[in-house]
Amino acid sequence: MIFSEKHQLIRKLVRDFCEKELTSEILDEVEETGVFPQEIQDKMAKAGFYGIKIPREYGGQGADNLAYVIMLEEICRVSPVASLYANSPNSLSGGPILLSGTPEQLEKYLRPCVTGEKMLAFALTEPGAGSDAGGVATTAVPDGDYYILNGRKTFITMAPLADYAVIYAKTSPEKGTRGISAFIVDMKAPGVSFGKPEKKMGLIGCATSDIILEDVRVHKRDMLGAVDKGFSNAMKTLDGGRLGVAAQSIGVAQGCLDEAVRYAKERKQFGRPIAKFQAISFMIADMATKLAAAKELVYNAAVLKDRNDPQAGMYCSMAKLFASEVCNEIAGQAVQIHGGYGFTKDYKVERFYRDCRVFTIYEGTSQVQQMVISGQLLK
Amino acid sequence: MAVIVHEDLCRGCKKCVKACPFEAITIEGKKAVIGLGCTQCGACVEVCPFGAIEKEAAEKETVDISQYHGVWVFAEQRGGVLMDVALELLGEGRRLADEIGTELCAVLLGENVEVLAEELFRYGADKVYLGQHPELVTYNTDAYTNVIYKAIREYKPEIVLLGATHIGRDLGPCLAVRCGTGLTADCTRLEIDPESKGLQQTRPAFGGNLMATIVCPNHRPQMSTVRPGVMQKLMPDETRSGEVVALKVEFADGEIRTKVLEIVRTMKETVKLTDAEIIVAGGRGLSDPEGFRLLEKLAKKLGGVVGASRAAVDAGWIDHSRQIGQTGTTVKPKIYIACGISGAIQHLAGMQNSGCIIAINKYEGAPIFEIADYGIVGDLYKVIPAILEALDLE
Amino acid sequence: MRIIVCAKQVPDTNEVRIDPVKGTLIRDGVPSILNPDDANALEAALQLKEQVGNAAVSVLSMGPPQASYMLRECLAMGADDAYLLSSRAFGGADTCATSTTLAAGVRKIGGADIIFAGRQAIDGDTAQVGPQLAQRLGLPVVTYVQKIRSVSEGKAVVERQLEDGYEVIEVKLPCLLTCVKELNEPRYMTVRGIVEAYEKEITVWNEKDVALDPAQCGLNASPTQVHRSFTPPQKGKGKMLSGSISEMAAQLVGELNEKHLL
Repeated sequence: MIFSEKHQLIRKLVRDFCEKELTSEILDEVEETGVFPQEIQDKMAKAGFYGIKIPREYGGQGADNLAYVIMLEEICRVSPVASLYANSPNSLSGGPILLSGTPEQLEKYLRPCVTGEKMLAFALTEPGAGSDAGGVATTAVPDGDYYILNGRKTFITMAPLADYAVIYAKTSPEKGTRGISAFIVDMKAPGVSFGKPEKKMGLIGCATSDIILEDVRVHKRDMLGAVDKGFSNAMKTLDGGRLGVAAQSIGVAQGCLDEAVRYAKERKQFGRPIAKFQAISFMIADMATKLAAAKELVYNAAVLKDRNDPQAGMYCSMAKLFASEVCNEIAGQAVQIHGGYGFTKDYKVERFYRDCRVFTIYEGTSQVQQMVISGQLLK
Repeated sequence: MAVIVHEDLCRGCKKCVKACPFEAITIEGKKAVIGLGCTQCGACVEVCPFGAIEKEAAEKETVDISQYHGVWVFAEQRGGVLMDVALELLGEGRRLADEIGTELCAVLLGENVEVLAEELFRYGADKVYLGQHPELVTYNTDAYTNVIYKAIREYKPEIVLLGATHIGRDLGPCLAVRCGTGLTADCTRLEIDPESKGLQQTRPAFGGNLMATIVCPNHRPQMSTVRPGVMQKLMPDETRSGEVVALKVEFADGEIRTKVLEIVRTMKETVKLTDAEIIVAGGRGLSDPEGFRLLEKLAKKLGGVVGASRAAVDAGWIDHSRQIGQTGTTVKPKIYIACGISGAIQHLAGMQNSGCIIAINKYEGAPIFEIADYGIVGDLYKVIPAILEALDLE
Repeated sequence: MRIIVCAKQVPDTNEVRIDPVKGTLIRDGVPSILNPDDANALEAALQLKEQVGNAAVSVLSMGPPQASYMLRECLAMGADDAYLLSSRAFGGADTCATSTTLAAGVRKIGGADIIFAGRQAIDGDTAQVGPQLAQRLGLPVVTYVQKIRSVSEGKAVVERQLEDGYEVIEVKLPCLLTCVKELNEPRYMTVRGIVEAYEKEITVWNEKDVALDPAQCGLNASPTQVHRSFTPPQKGKGKMLSGSISEMAAQLVGELNEKHLL
């Protein structure tokens, strides 16, 4: 894709930022402590990453989906975990409110989320409701001006750090997916507690845990959208989220390719750089070609989305499916090229390899994407 | 200035003041004065009822070069001590003056600095133009520029050389504009064209990737700044003396628009990179500021000093005064040990004339090895302790 | 308060490489960037604006039409407007001619209370245009500014970097200050700034727009000329030591002793 000057400048901004701020020392520390520095979060918010595609009237930056993709790609090239912080307000945190929020809700919840003052988690998944989001068992029962929420949400990214969460709960249990409503819940409200942070394989530095709701009272003005309309809000949000994961995938893949090329030129075996062996050089050629194809798919999906093209949703699914699978393949090959060293934490590819594993899983597994794509084609 | 006022004809009518689009004309003592804002547009020439303002033809500016003679060196002093670069320039200026067949003069400004004239003679000057005034005690842009500009106008030197110090690089550009001539910065070589007797000034460009030879054929004086450490001083000749010419120094009210309130010296120790015989320099490969402690240790052992590449300075690991390279100091020690320095061309520009270059770098492909006399591929944190050990065995 | 920042688009000289065979510069793929010292100048201007409140920051550059990209970057950092002096007539300018053109641009903008410029551009490293521009405008100049202590009615107090320390200088306004990198840490652009930078117009002026005669611009008005240019001779490669680290260290010390360098 040939980018406009504006998009090139956005890439330059993110690249410069990552080069200066996300140094190896800092990333190693994040990996060790599991804590992502607040200072860098603040700087990312200030540079406008948190609200890159949120309209300016809500405190966002007013850029488009292509800019959003470029941002995530560039951050992931250096640090996948950092991208979660920058992605969230644009995607799963901000998305539901932007879709269905009242002017008051937009002002109260979206704006501070976009400026980095508050953190908001997206809580749909439950122990019994993963890909089958309709199986939500959390309930919301009306009680005067309030709803009483009970249930358990699981694998909630940033839950222990969040100020608020959008909780999807059944308001009409008999109606299945048409009986789900969305609520904005204060994470300090009585009855809210968190499970132990998960010990994850990758993306260390952004805590994931359960949210437990026990008789939590939520005022009805904090219901997001109309009663029983929560499912479509969740699905539309996830729809947008797919593009984000696709963008993360091409970023990590680029990072892996860069490392593989560098290492292949430096590492000598049998008296010459391993890059001189066809087994390695052809592997690199294939990695680069697949990445180039993935990139075009992702950029194209972003442009379709910016144009409100009716096919955009399907293309976002295709982009996520293809890019996340290709990313895992490339990461695997990058480790392979590094040989034994690639299996150690001394080399960046080890972390990339673990970090990207979840890309084919979260926000709709590859298999769910296949369902979405085939469903569109075969309807 | 190409637009001039014939004072005998001017009546101070102010028509030109109103006509000037740039507000460059003022009336002083009932006479029009063309200020620095003049762009030579000529609007004033047309409105003057007395024919008192004239625009000199462009050619006139360029043909009077035959009136300019002599090589001048700005004898920069700080706190009553001559800067080494001034003496180095006298060495170079002597050679240039002899080739042209003209005199070498130093321009010395300050207060109570006449004693320094003797030193200037010993190092090669034939003549010293001496300007003394309380306002000149420390460098001041307006004061120094005005005094030297007037001297240049009066005595018409063909070449003016200045040290490329923070002072010379301030004064040089101001003087060049005032004299309406060119200036070539940071020259590394000066030669006289045998035919035209013009000055050929060679300087690095593109961060040292390219050398350019610059000439200034139609304007005088030809002006250059030269970086400290590049040129050679002459051996002082105790028998030499010369003529001191006093410059008339006076300042009008408001002529000097800056005031030095205080001078602070922050250099904790005297790192004189330019004088050092042995330099141990560190770059990005050190990975952190602690690395400089190891370098200090080696430098101390060898009786040298520590330098740094731009990458290390930019990373904030060490003070900018240690920086060696295109931006920074030019050095040519007997031994230069480059540790974890990849050898970006801009660094090489500042050290490639060192006597013996030793490079220590993890990466075999590092460009620094291309110019090194001895190369060691390895982790500097292992290599340097090994060298220290080897030195201990001596 | 009116603030003007002079900025230049330069090739990133860190990225310039030499063709090892032909010995020529490889300029392909070398990115053009905002000159680093000029970013410090812009940061100083933006900080001053934040401090005094009622101020406008204009960025002025001379260069080819593509330099507008760099000016957008300046807008995205927070400058209010940008002006580009661009014309064939400005081509081939040395510092002397450049300062004449910039001075005309400053006048056309309507002058300023403070003009900030970078100390020097990394493609030429001359550090001349700043002070020369001040001379042309008849303004006092302080070069190598490493700290701005105060700006008040009619004067500024700044620190001027010296090789071994600094001077504290009081300067009358309006004035021109050239900035070194120690002055500040330039801010990042913001995404919103980038979006809005592309909603703004960059004013482009040629020599007529700023009332200059072609004879006063570019090559015509440059006292200095490039006589010839060449790539510096490379020193030949020396000896690569081999063996274990302690063997190499011993070998090195031995060689240096042999040559009486130690």
